[in-house]
Amino acid sequence: MNVLEVSNLTKKFGGLVAVNGVDLNVKKGSITAVIGPNGAGKTTFFNMITGVYTPDGGSIKSNGKDITGSKPHEVTKNGIARTFQNIRLFGNITVLENVLVGMHTHLKGDLVGTLLGLPYIHKEELKAEQEAYRLLKYVGLETLLNEDATNLSYGAQRRLEIARALATKPTILLLDEPAAGMNPRETVELTDLIKKMREELNLTIVLIEHDMKLVMGISEHIVVLDHGEKIAEGKPSDIRSNTKVIEAYLGKSAVGH
Amino acid sequence: MKLKELLNNNTKLQAVTLTLYIIVSSAALYFSQKSVTAFLLVLASILLLYLTKFNNKVKWGIGLLVLVVILPFTASQGVAYESYMEVATFVGIYVAMAIGLNIVVGMAGLLDLGFVAFFAIGSYTYAIFATAQANNFLPDIFPLSGSWFWLFLIIGTLFAAIAGILLGIPVLRVKGDYLAIVTLGFGEIIRIVFNNLDKPINFTNGAMGIASIAPPSIFGFEFVQSSQFYFIVLGILLFVIFAVKRLEFSKIGRSWKAVRENEIAAQAMGIHLVRTKLMAFAVGASFSGAMGVVFAAKQTFIDPTSFTLLESITILVMVLLGGMGSVPGVILGAAVMTILNLQVLTEVTNWLGQLNMQGVISIPDALSPAKMQRMIFGLILVLFAIYRPQGLIPAKNPVFDEEKLKADDLNQNEEKVITAQQSVIDA
Repeated sequence: MNVLEVSNLTKKFGGLVAVNGVDLNVKKGSITAVIGPNGAGKTTFFNMITGVYTPDGGSIKSNGKDITGSKPHEVTKNGIARTFQNIRLFGNITVLENVLVGMHTHLKGDLVGTLLGLPYIHKEELKAEQEAYRLLKYVGLETLLNEDATNLSYGAQRRLEIARALATKPTILLLDEPAAGMNPRETVELTDLIKKMREELNLTIVLIEHDMKLVMGISEHIVVLDHGEKIAEGKPSDIRSNTKVIEAYLGKSAVGH
Repeated sequence: MKLKELLNNNTKLQAVTLTLYIIVSSAALYFSQKSVTAFLLVLASILLLYLTKFNNKVKWGIGLLVLVVILPFTASQGVAYESYMEVATFVGIYVAMAIGLNIVVGMAGLLDLGFVAFFAIGSYTYAIFATAQANNFLPDIFPLSGSWFWLFLIIGTLFAAIAGILLGIPVLRVKGDYLAIVTLGFGEIIRIVFNNLDKPINFTNGAMGIASIAPPSIFGFEFVQSSQFYFIVLGILLFVIFAVKRLEFSKIGRSWKAVRENEIAAQAMGIHLVRTKLMAFAVGASFSGAMGVVFAAKQTFIDPTSFTLLESITILVMVLLGGMGSVPGVILGAAVMTILNLQVLTEVTNWLGQLNMQGVISIPDALSPAKMQRMIFGLILVLFAIYRPQGLIPAKNPVFDEEKLKADDLNQNEEKVITAQQSVIDA
């Protein structure tokens, strides 16, 4: 069953066609990687799925619902969470609060109840805090809960972004270069975390990544973009030997040697 | 240094010091006929109280004791009673407004340079109906009596909140510097509209202003003096502080801070951007509107000159001086600025004037401190921006108790953790 169906998705910035008629079907519970050289349109593709950009053409369906052109917060409510290539944490609030913000759509706390300090608000907050702590533990950041997010190391910030995304209780998780800036050991830990999340949380994961070891190691399906177009798609073994892909990454002269 | 450490850790010593301080300063105020210093020292005991390590209920208790009983009583013995209470009342009014602006600027990160507009809306709401002014466009039943004041407190609050939302809808499409300029424009537009709304139908009496506004009354008791308004302002202020404390560490407060920190990520967490910003505008404006109603009733006369851009900037300076996003900081900032403005500068001017008269020194009238108010405020702002950008009392994030979050069994630990939660909210 496909939880995410993207068809003929197109985005133009002025004369530049950033993404051109890309199709993508993501199976429930799978790990899919979107790869391609810099400027291939991978992040633009993600931004359209999550509603940051409105597509100029094509459609996006998630969990059977058409979400083309939805606002970002609506996309989140429909079960899609994401992390960002250039980390976008809430820097000056604590690590735990960052995760609590992720729970926004699942908390009822309205203006009147909050002002009156009604008991259900306290109960809900308490539950949310414990849940947030559990999520921090899940990604291994529980000891840093009271630290300002901006003070975390790079790798920890990336993991906090994942914890925050998980707090929205997604069915599909989009990771935009989750291993960027990580050292080899951190990358291995991240790989394990991604596998674990898929198994334990029934997540479908789509990731953009440049680290080929990570990509080949965990993904079942790989999509290759170049100049906004999909040039190849398939299993890791197929992609590795695909001439078009090698050409895109290494140039024409590399093919045939 | 040793003394400081000792004071930091020993609550008993803190209690003794604080008690002594309150006794000495209030005795000084009680026995002196007219001593600004003593008055300010009594007010400063609230700051001292804030710095102690007592638990929150004790702090609130002592704070209320000082503000409700000790301050009014000791001040009432001197000839300058009303002028002290006038200053204290204005401190309360400005603190509430600064807390309101702090929600917009400090928490939600939306720079608003036209905040005084909401104060004006609150003021005019009461002024028009508590005088014969409303007879110009409504049946002849006005002015309303002072007992309507309490209802108008709510109406003024609502009007200001609605104005906040109406302003927000078009304005929140722009960000940063552009937002600042647009709100500045809005503030001026409101003032100019009130200034010109005497034709064709006379709503606001234009530049002439509205005079003889009915004073509030309850069960036949009329509030006329500053010392009486002081208690109204204190009551509203307590409500405002409670409200903002509750909001700050709730889902709503977190979403404001998330929007401030990163709009795109906030949206990706499911936060409705426009709604969140509008709520910040509305809540901030409502505090200002409520105090506007009090201001109109207290002054019994208002005209558009009370609501200039300088007022907006003064409130913004209070927020910056105290610490953006920090409620205790903003309270201190507003108190310092108001006292500086109403008390210290005028006192220094009077003192210099006396010296002038006696021929000790000769300072031209144009250089008197009261006239250099803007320069002094500007200087404070510049110095703070350079040396202490986080303000007098920087904003603090809540500290969560790890042990209590570890609890797996919700029911068993619920009581315990709820109290912990409460203390986070109170802190």
